Amino acid sequence: MASTLGWFSTGLGLAQVAAPAAVNRLAGLDDSGARRALMRAMGIRELASGVGILSRRRPTGWLWARVMGDAIDVTLLGAALRAKGNRRSRVAMATAAVVGVTLLDVVASTRTSGGDGRVAEDEPMEGKAITTINVPPEEAYRLWRDLESLAVFMDHLESVRTTGERQSHWVAHGPAGTTVEWDAEIVEDVPGELIAWRSLEGSDVDNAGRVRFVPAAKGRGTEVSVEVRYAAPGGAVGATVAKLLGEEPSQQVKDDLRRLKQVLETGEVVRSDGNPGGTRALGQVRQRAAQPVG
Amino acid sequence: MKATCWMGSNKVEVQEVPDPKILNARDAIVEITSTAICGSDLHLYDGYIPSAMKGDILGHEFMGRVVELGSAVTNLEVGDRVVVPFPIACGNCNACQRSMYSVCENSNPNAGLAEKLWGQSPAGIFGYSHLLGGYAGGQAEYARVPFADVGPLKIEDDGLSDEQVLFLSDIFPTGYMGAEMCDIEPGDVIAVWGAGPVGQFAAASAFLLGADRVIVIDRFAYRLEMARNHYGAETINYDETDVRAALHEMTAGRGPDACIDAVGMEAHHGAMPIHAYDRAKQAVRSQTERPHALRQAITSCRNGGTVSVVGVYGGLADKFPIGAVVNRSLTIKAGQCHVQRYMRPLLERIQNGEIDPTAIITHRMSLSDVSDGYEIFKHKRDGCEKVVLTP
Ligand SMILES: NC(=O)c1ccc[n+]([C@@H]2O[C@H](COP(=O)([O-])OP(=O)(O)OC[C@H]3O[C@@H](n4cnc5c(N)ncnc54)[C@H](O)[C@@H]3O)[C@@H](O)[C@H]2O)c1
Ligand SMILES: [Zn+2]
Ligand SMILES: [Zn+2]
Repeated sequence: MASTLGWFSTGLGLAQVAAPAAVNRLAGLDDSGARRALMRAMGIRELASGVGILSRRRPTGWLWARVMGDAIDVTLLGAALRAKGNRRSRVAMATAAVVGVTLLDVVASTRTSGGDGRVAEDEPMEGKAITTINVPPEEAYRLWRDLESLAVFMDHLESVRTTGERQSHWVAHGPAGTTVEWDAEIVEDVPGELIAWRSLEGSDVDNAGRVRFVPAAKGRGTEVSVEVRYAAPGGAVGATVAKLLGEEPSQQVKDDLRRLKQVLETGEVVRSDGNPGGTRALGQVRQRAAQPVG
Repeated sequence: MKATCWMGSNKVEVQEVPDPKILNARDAIVEITSTAICGSDLHLYDGYIPSAMKGDILGHEFMGRVVELGSAVTNLEVGDRVVVPFPIACGNCNACQRSMYSVCENSNPNAGLAEKLWGQSPAGIFGYSHLLGGYAGGQAEYARVPFADVGPLKIEDDGLSDEQVLFLSDIFPTGYMGAEMCDIEPGDVIAVWGAGPVGQFAAASAFLLGADRVIVIDRFAYRLEMARNHYGAETINYDETDVRAALHEMTAGRGPDACIDAVGMEAHHGAMPIHAYDRAKQAVRSQTERPHALRQAITSCRNGGTVSVVGVYGGLADKFPIGAVVNRSLTIKAGQCHVQRYMRPLLERIQNGEIDPTAIITHRMSLSDVSDGYEIFKHKRDGCEKVVLTP
C-alpha cells in the first residue's frame, strides 16, 4: 500500500507541475495565475513525498509528510468550496478524493510506524537499554549482583541459582511450556560500577551481557545501562531464542529495566487490572479489561 | 460488586464484576461512599481517548472507607475514611519527589504504549484507559488503591461531609493548579474558558490566589450564572458575544494577564468553518483534538502572559497558533493535576470556610442510574453542573 501511495504522489505531482491549469480545471478550481502557481507548489510537495516514500526501505517519515500535505489540500479545497467562481460539484469530488487518500495515508503511516523488528535467525541478537533509577549505584549493583533476584524483574527468566562465587545456573521460559537452561559465569565485577557475564560451554543458548551503574547528576540516582547478546545458531534453537526474546530484544531489555526500576524504587513490580503481569511487551498488547481479576 | 463499565462510545452500564483484591503490598481496598462523573470521563464516553476497552471500569473521583490493607501500608487502618487522588503515584521516583505526581515514573504498567504516543509515559490514572495503566476505576462499590501509603488523604474530621471533601480527589486541586500556574499578581485579570466544574474551581482559586478580576467564558447561561453568583466572576457568553472583542474591551486593550483552558479536546464553536474542519478531522481520527478554546486562549492573552492548560488533550492538534506564542512571548503551562500536592492545603481552605465546594453539585444520584448521569452531564440537560453518585 505504501508504494501505491508513493506512485500516486509521484503521478499527481508530475501532473500538477507540468499541467497545473489542467489539474485546476479537473478539480473544478478557478484557473487564475495565482492558483496555477499554488498548484505547482503543491505538485512539488507531492513529488517530494512520492519519491521519498518510494526510495525508503521504511517510509514512515515520508508517509506522515503525505498526511500533513493532505491536511493542507483539504483546507485549500474547503476554502475553494466556499469561494465564488469554482464549480462546486467538482471541488466537492476532489475534496472527497483527498479525504479518502488522507485516510489511506493515516492507515499506512500507523502500520509502518509499528516497527519492522524482525531479526534474521542466524544473526546474533543484541538488546540494549538504559534508564535512571532513584537509588545509589551501590544499591542497584547489590540487587543485580545477587543474581538470584534477577528473575524477579526479568520476565523471561524462571530462576537463577548461584552455584559458586562467580558461577550460576539460569533457567528461562521457552515456547509452549518448555525451558531453556545454561550455566554462566561472571567475567568482570567492579562493585558499584559494573557486572559482565557470559554463558559457559554446552549452553542451550550462548549469551553474554553487561550492566553498568553510573551516578546520575543532580542527585537523580543511578544511570543503569544493560547490553545483552544472544548468539542464535539458527534452526530450531534460533527460533526458540527469537520467541524467547520476542521480536525486539531491546524492547525486552527495556521492559526488564522498567521493572527493575519499579522494584528498586517502589519495592515491587507494579500491577494493574488490565495488565496484572506488570510491564512487559506482550502484556501491554494483550490487555484484559480494567476489572478486578476474578 | 457493582461497577460502571465502559461498553463503547456513548454507552456505560452498571455490571456485576469480581470484587477487587490486593495485588501489591502497598495496596488498599476502599469501600466507596461517594463518587463523581468528571468532564474527563466524557472524553472517554464520547470515544476520544484511545485504548479504552469494553468492560473497563470508569471513575477517578472517589472516596470511602478502607476495608483491607496490603502488608506494606502502615499509615492507614481499616475503617479510615479517605479521599483518593486520581493520579496513581509511587512517592519514590524522581518525579514524585519533586511533587510531580501525575508524571510518576513507576505507576503505569503500560508505559511502553504511552511512550509510543507521547514520547514518555505519565502516571497511571484510575479508570482512564489502558494507555494510562488499565486500572479499574471508582464509579463502583469498591476499588483497589495502589500506593495507598502515599496517595489517599485521611479525613479525620467527621464534621465534614463527603460532598465537602470529595472534590479534593480531582477538580478542586485541578482548578487550583490551573490558577496557580498563572503566577497571579495583585491587579491581574484572569480569563477562564469553560464554566464546568474545573472552570468554576479555577475561577474561585484565581480569586483565592489574589486575582483582581476573573472572566469566565462559556455558552450555557446557567453555568455562567453559577460563576457569577457563587464565585464572583464576570462572564462572557460566546454564543452571543465575540469573545476576543469583549476581552479587549474589558481589559482596555491589554488582553487578560493569564488565560486558563478548562475546556479541553472537545471544545465547541458556533458557526465557524474551523469547527467543521476540526470535527471532520477528529471524526476520522487524523487529529484527536478540537482545540478551539485553546486557540482562542492563546490569541486573547496579553503579550508576555501565561496560558494555563488544564483541559485534557490526547494526541495531536492542527492549526495551532504557535506564531502567536513565539512572537508575543507567551508561556504555556499544562498538566494533569499533581493532586497529592494540593490535597492537604486545600482541605484546610475548606475547613476555614474559604470555599464551599458543594455549591457546584446539581445532581445526586444512585450508582445504578449512572448511565442517566452520563447523558444528563454530557448534554448539559436539566441545569447539570456536577453529578455525585452513591453506590
Ligand atoms: N488536568 C487535569 O488534571 C484535569 C482534571 C479534571 C478535568 N480535566 C479536564 O478539564 C476539562 C473540563 O472538565 P469539566 O469537568 O469542567 O467538564 P465540563 O464538560 O462540565 O465543562 C466543559 C465546559 O466547557 C465549555 N466549552 C466548550 N467549548 C467551549 C469554548 N469554545 N469556549 C468556552 N467554553 C467552552 C462547555 O460548554 C462546558 O461548560 C475537561 O477537558 C477535563 O478532561 C482536567
Ligand atoms: Zn477528573
Ligand atoms: Zn513516582
